[in-house]
Amino acid sequence: METFSQSFATAFAMLVTHDPRLFRIVGLSVAVSLASTAASALIGLPLGAAVAVARFRGRSVLVVAMNAAMGLPPVVAGLVVYLVLSRSGPLGPLGLLFTPPAMVIAQTLLIAPIIAALTRQVIEDAWSEYRDQLESLGSSLAQSTMTLLWDTRYALATVLLSGFGRASAEVGSIIIVGGNIDGVTRVMTTAIALETSKGDLALALGLGVVLLTLVTAVNVGVHALREWARVRHG
Amino acid sequence: MKRLLQGVLAALVMMPGSAALAQSQYIIVASTTSTEQSGLFGHILPAFEKDTGIAVRVVAVGTGQALDIGRRGDADVVFVHDRAAEQKFIAEGAGVRRYPVMYNDFVLIGPSPDPAHVSGGRDIAAAFRAIASAQAPFVSRADRSGTHAAELRLWKDAGIDIAAVKGPWYRETGSGMGPALNTASGLNAYILSDRGTWLNFHNRGELRIVVEGDRRLFNQYGVMLVNPDRHPNVKKDLGQRFIDWVVSPRGQQAIADYRIGGEQLFFPNAGSDS
Amino acid sequence: MGDVERFAGVPIALAGVSVERRGMCVLDGVDLVIPGGRRTVILGANGAGKTTLLKVLHGLVAPTHGKVSWGEFDAAPGRQAMVFQRPVLLRRSALANVLHALALAGIRGTEARVRAHEALQSVGLAAIGHRSARVLSGGEQQRLALARALALAPELVLLDEPTSSLDPAAARSVEAFVSGIHARGTTVVMTTHRLGEARRLADGIVMLAEGRVTEHTPAARFFETPVSEEGRLFLEGERS
Repeated sequence: METFSQSFATAFAMLVTHDPRLFRIVGLSVAVSLASTAASALIGLPLGAAVAVARFRGRSVLVVAMNAAMGLPPVVAGLVVYLVLSRSGPLGPLGLLFTPPAMVIAQTLLIAPIIAALTRQVIEDAWSEYRDQLESLGSSLAQSTMTLLWDTRYALATVLLSGFGRASAEVGSIIIVGGNIDGVTRVMTTAIALETSKGDLALALGLGVVLLTLVTAVNVGVHALREWARVRHG
Repeated sequence: MKRLLQGVLAALVMMPGSAALAQSQYIIVASTTSTEQSGLFGHILPAFEKDTGIAVRVVAVGTGQALDIGRRGDADVVFVHDRAAEQKFIAEGAGVRRYPVMYNDFVLIGPSPDPAHVSGGRDIAAAFRAIASAQAPFVSRADRSGTHAAELRLWKDAGIDIAAVKGPWYRETGSGMGPALNTASGLNAYILSDRGTWLNFHNRGELRIVVEGDRRLFNQYGVMLVNPDRHPNVKKDLGQRFIDWVVSPRGQQAIADYRIGGEQLFFPNAGSDS
Repeated sequence: MGDVERFAGVPIALAGVSVERRGMCVLDGVDLVIPGGRRTVILGANGAGKTTLLKVLHGLVAPTHGKVSWGEFDAAPGRQAMVFQRPVLLRRSALANVLHALALAGIRGTEARVRAHEALQSVGLAAIGHRSARVLSGGEQQRLALARALALAPELVLLDEPTSSLDPAAARSVEAFVSGIHARGTTVVMTTHRLGEARRLADGIVMLAEGRVTEHTPAARFFETPVSEEGRLFLEGERS
């Protein structure tokens, strides 16, 4: 119990004293998670929507693959990106290994399937409701897809949020491709892993409290947005 | 909140530029958890950066993995502690030349109840034999790290074929020094640790040093430049400047100056034949 | 709305149209000519195939067998609109819903805004055009769906039970809408369960039972002496 009270005290102290190292780590965490969520949205939203609306050969295989990819272990994603970005790998000349962009790539590999699969679910439900109406209005498949994406925007905001949550809580892949370099690729989760391995459990848990606070704040924000949308748009 | 936003913005702005930053003055050093987590790098690297303007990015993993990172050309310099593995690294052409830098020692950590009755001894081989015959819980790194290599050497010195006699008492965790110490703390088990990590480790529980001072517990660190002929991306000039600095009187003094609670952790011995 | 008059009077002809879904025969060999410029009401029990027939007329469902022709065309012409029993409105303002339909028909800019405003005005929603469509009352939503159809200046309007979920006052406004577009020469085909409504609006009655057309007679005659047994039973069911 002592560790718990100590870690809350540590978390509080770090926050009120504006520990610059903490703020840099939190800033990088948020930036990396935001960037990978944005990249995953660019891939996952159109992909999920296209699979929901279009009928083509191999579609069911793609659906199964997307759902399976949601369960990709972070360490495996990290290892794949590591081997690709390594100097001895195909993209080695880019020199991205052990930099934040490498972390964004690894997290995108993890999160894009989640966003694609959840988007497919949301859009497919909406499509069965909207289909006759949109086709009646002469909407092409591409136009319908855009309409569906916009009309389900609040549900999709929650989808993106779960992507962001997974990204910011993830450690397995980014510690491999980022290297947990102090001041360069150290984020909340890898800092927690480091303090844990140093046996400083109170500090590790304190960082965990800060991370949880951050994720909670984002959740509250999106919840408020949905409530506002429900009242305004039904 | 404003500070946090500034941090996020700064990080976002920095990110696309990271590839461009690759041209600026920094090197990547693949090293072991013991140098990073003992706080040594935190102590000496600012001095190096101040002297040369070269930033050092440390990727801290086990010795085996650090050497692999070097083999793949993903680091410029490798700074590890397993002499046999380092010599192999040079022999296969992955590294240019090995420089001895410093040493410290391993210590045998064990629980206060001391079920194998080894506390206070100076003979590490005898202690290992006592642990094995008592089948007292023992945590092994089992991760091809320098410490793991040293542990295996010590079992051999004790005349024990650990692969043959190991049982449920011998826990192979496959993890870094810190996590392994956490495991040992939870199990009240014996464990071999480097002194630096132990001194900087907080979650000790009932663990303490039970055997130290045997010359077989000697732990030599070496530093090597990754072979630029094999990996043209290696920053050989910057990397060599780091190596030159570490073995220079100034670097050696910085290493000697690092203390935790008044205790010196690493003993510089550049130029020796270790 | 001179365009409508030019196109008005084009008949829709169904020849041997069958629609099968999951092995079930929803429409079974339907031969039917819907006269242009008239109001045709389709009657029939639930599951008789009324909605599917509307979708076939709309070109939304392709027949499994048989042929549909719109005047001289084999494909459904663009100038038609269908109002579904439960219209789907987008999560945006009432006005934006109408503009969305117009944009899909290739009408944008000032003309679209003028048309949308006129359409909303004609169903009495002009004052609340800025409100989100999804928070309007059931009657308002139905009227918005009518406005959306109207804005397209269609030559054919298909209405699927447009009054089924409305109170009498709202139902009367739908009837007024139908009379209004009919007066402009638009062809109207609608389904309903309300015989009074059919009596007031219909020029012709199509009686549908289990996917077959059992009769297609002028409304006045249908309500006097229905030809088919199904039609007779249907009217008796209403009276009893």
